[in-house]
Amino acid sequence: MTHETESQEVQKFGFWAYLMTDCVLFASLFATYAVLHNNTFGGPSGHDLFSMPYVLGETFILLVSSYTSGLAMLAVHKQAKNQALAWLGTTFVLGATFLIMELHEFSSLIHDGHSFRTNGFLSSYFTLVGTHGLHITFGLIWMAVLMVQVFKKGLPPKTTSRLTLLNMFWHFLDVIWIFIFTLVYLMAAR
Amino acid sequence: MNTEITQAEGNLTSYTVGFVLSILLTLAAYFSVTQHIFTGNALIIFIAILALVQLVVQLFFFLHLNKMKSRWNAVIFWFMLLIVAILVGGSLWIMKNLNYNMTPAQINAYMNNQDSL
Repeated sequence: MTHETESQEVQKFGFWAYLMTDCVLFASLFATYAVLHNNTFGGPSGHDLFSMPYVLGETFILLVSSYTSGLAMLAVHKQAKNQALAWLGTTFVLGATFLIMELHEFSSLIHDGHSFRTNGFLSSYFTLVGTHGLHITFGLIWMAVLMVQVFKKGLPPKTTSRLTLLNMFWHFLDVIWIFIFTLVYLMAAR
Repeated sequence: MNTEITQAEGNLTSYTVGFVLSILLTLAAYFSVTQHIFTGNALIIFIAILALVQLVVQLFFFLHLNKMKSRWNAVIFWFMLLIVAILVGGSLWIMKNLNYNMTPAQINAYMNNQDSL
């Protein structure tokens, strides 16, 4: 058992190191956005394009999903399989809702002629927010796979440590979103 | 329940406190912008501080950075912050200087010159 907890600590450390390098990736995209956000080539700026109540809705959905993901981990540690599955399912639905809202936002921007090819501002916007959306997509696939695993095999130590890493990943994506919400949307709306 | 795991992963109280604080901080940032409570640089500094406070809240109550066993977790976290500061601060600094040192006429002349090549 000590060996198992030790190897889980090593896994968590390795995953944490990955998350920190992912932060550097996002930082470079944030820097690109910060440099290019005024280069609208005569087109509308973020102030005219973003709908703030809609973005606030997205933010709350992601925040609640981060909370339910934590509740799922508490159930996992109590070895309560059905409770864990229920919270994971809730997190999945909330995450999928967030993703659909984001894709809807993208498609309506592109539909109105504000695609990523229009100017430097929109290129950097779509790259930054799209990269976050891509992370959410992979998180959802990972979550679906683990839910099947929990459903079939219950909660052995291996599955538990995988769920711990997924939980870290999901919280991390919410942390990144705080900065997208503040630096992209709130800064544009002011 | 294993007490060691409880400590490492937090409990219902810590998650709920983090969740409520995050909601309050998000709402404060949102309404300070939409209701024009501050303007100009004061607003920028205010919402930046709210974002940083929420970062700390989520690191402690959701990711339990303070309860991680290895000191190296904190070390790579601080190293990441250093790299991010250099990357973001450096980019903005360089680009601001470029904008400052080149007039629009110079930029046009430079771009025309590039076209003719």
